[in-house]
Amino acid sequence: MSSAMIDLIIQATLDTLYMVAVSGVVSAALGVPLGVMLYVTRPRQILARPLLNQVLGMVTNIGRSIPFIILMVAIIPFTRMVVGTSIGTNAAIVPLTIAAIPFVARLVEGALNEIPPGLVEAAQAMGATPHQIIVKVLLPEARGGIVTGLTITAVTLVSYSAMAGAVGGGGLGDLGIRYGYNRFNPTVMLITVAILVVMVQGFQSLGDYLVRKSDRK
Amino acid sequence: MITLRNVSKTYHLRGSRSRLPFASRRETPSRTIEALSNVDLHVPQGSIHGVIGLSGAGKSTLIRCVNLLERPSRGSVMVDGQEMTDLSATQLNQARHRIGMIFQHFNLLTTRNVFDNVALPLELMGLKRSAIRERVMPLLELTGLSDKTRQFPAQLSGGQKQRVAIARALASEPRVLLCDEATSALDPQTTGSILTLLRDINQKLGLTILLITHEMEVVKSICHRVSLISDGELVEEADVGDFFTAPRTRLGREFLNDFLQLEPPKALVERLEEEPGEHTHPVVRLAFSGDAVSTPLISRLARECGVDVSILQAKVESIQERTLGLMIAELLGPPEQTRRAIDYLESHDLNVEVLGHVQRDD
Repeated sequence: MSSAMIDLIIQATLDTLYMVAVSGVVSAALGVPLGVMLYVTRPRQILARPLLNQVLGMVTNIGRSIPFIILMVAIIPFTRMVVGTSIGTNAAIVPLTIAAIPFVARLVEGALNEIPPGLVEAAQAMGATPHQIIVKVLLPEARGGIVTGLTITAVTLVSYSAMAGAVGGGGLGDLGIRYGYNRFNPTVMLITVAILVVMVQGFQSLGDYLVRKSDRK
Repeated sequence: MITLRNVSKTYHLRGSRSRLPFASRRETPSRTIEALSNVDLHVPQGSIHGVIGLSGAGKSTLIRCVNLLERPSRGSVMVDGQEMTDLSATQLNQARHRIGMIFQHFNLLTTRNVFDNVALPLELMGLKRSAIRERVMPLLELTGLSDKTRQFPAQLSGGQKQRVAIARALASEPRVLLCDEATSALDPQTTGSILTLLRDINQKLGLTILLITHEMEVVKSICHRVSLISDGELVEEADVGDFFTAPRTRLGREFLNDFLQLEPPKALVERLEEEPGEHTHPVVRLAFSGDAVSTPLISRLARECGVDVSILQAKVESIQERTLGLMIAELLGPPEQTRRAIDYLESHDLNVEVLGHVQRDD
C-alpha cells in the first residue's frame, strides 16, 4: 500500500474522530437539557407543563424520524448559516449534531425515568426547589444511565458519520465507500472497517468504564 | 403542633378516550375519588400519634397533606402555628425544612454515601461544608452509624438504611417528623430497633411524630394516641391504652383481634349462634386493664353470681405503662345468672363483648 494511501487513512481516521467528538459534545450539551425538560415538564412532574411537554415531545419525534441522509440535505441552508459552508467535514458536523440532539434527549429522558419517584418526593419533603431537585437528585442519580446513553450516541455518530461523504465531508466511511467500494479496493475497505470496529469498541469500553465508576447501585 | 381541620382531598380522574380514529371506541368515564373526607386531627407538641388503616384507606394521602406533598382540596393544615395551604412556593420550602419525613422504602440517594445523604437537606438550605459536618456527625452518632459514614446505601441493610433516612430527616432540626410506613419493609427485629430509635428521638429532642402504619405493633410500642382511618375518614381516635382495651368501632376490633390473635377456637365458632336460646351459654370476650387486672374477678364471679367460668383463651399484654388482660370465656349458668354476671363485669370496668351463644353440652 502506498504511503499516500496510508496518509489518506490517517486523515480519514482523524476526520471521523473530529466529527464524532464535536457533534457528540455539542449534542450532549444541548440534548441533556432537552431530555431533562422532556422529563420534568411531564404531567405531575416537578415542573409540570403538559402543553410545553407535548410540543417538545413532538419536535423531538420529528427530529428522530427524518432519515439522516435527507436531514443532511434538507438543512443545508442552516448548515451554511452556522459554519459558513455546506460542504466538507465541518458542514457534516451540523446535521450530525442536529440528528443526535433528540436522540440524546430521549435516552436521557429514559435514564431519568428509571429513578424511583420516591427520591424526588423525599427531596420535595426536604424543601428542595425544582432546580435543586434536578441538580442534586435527578442528574446525579441518572448519571450512569446518561453516560450509557452518551456512549450509544457516540457509537451511532460513528456510523452516521460514514454518510458525511454525501456533503463532501471526510472520514473513514467516506474513504471506505470511495476507495474501497467504488474502486473495488478490498484492502482499503477492510482497513477502514477494522479501524471503525476498533473505534466503536474503544468508545464502548470507555463508556462502560465511566458507568461503572459512577454507578453505586 | 399539627392540626388538620376539615381536610378533604378529591382526585379527578379524567376519562380517557382514544383519539385515533381506527382504535376501538373504548371509553372510561371520568370519576371523582374522595381520598380524604373531612379529616380533623390534632397532634400536640411532643406526642407520637399513629394513624392506622388498611391499604387504600387514605393513610398516605393524609400524611402527605401535612407537608403538602399532596395539596388538600379543602380544609386547613396548621403545622407549628403556620397555615401550610397559604404559603407561597418559597415559604413552603422553608416550612418543609421544619418537617422531617421518612418513608417505607427509605428513598436514599444511591450515588451518595451515608454522610452525604444526611448532608443533603443541609446543602439544600445552603449551609457551608464545615457547618454541615458539625451537624451531620452527631446525628450519625445518635442513629448508630458513626462507623458507616463512607458506605453507600447499596452496602447497608434495610434497618441501617432507615437509620440513615432518620438521620437525614433530623438534619434540618425539624419540629415534626412524619413517618410513612417507616417499618413496613423491615423484619420484626429491625422494626423493634427502629421504633426504639424513634421513641428515643421523641423523648430526647421533644420531636412531635405523626406516623401512618398498618401494623398494630407499631402503634402499641410507641404511639400515645391512635386514629383509625377507613375510606378516607377518621372513624375512631383514642389513647393507645383505651384503644387496645376497648376499640369502639368494628374495624378497631378487627385490627385488635387480628393483632392479638385472640379468636375463639374454630370448633366453637362453628357452634356459635347469634341469639341466645333456652339452653345456651354466652361466650364472651373480656378485656380488662388497670385495677381490674389485679382483682380476682373470675373467682368472685363464681361466688357472687353463681356462674362458672370456662376459660377458652387468655392473654396479658403490656401496652405502654398499662397492663391489658384479654380472655375468651364461656359463662356457665342459667340465663338470668349469666346476664347478671355480665352486668357485674361491666360494673367493674371490664369491656365485655358477647361473641355468641353455644348450646349446652349437658
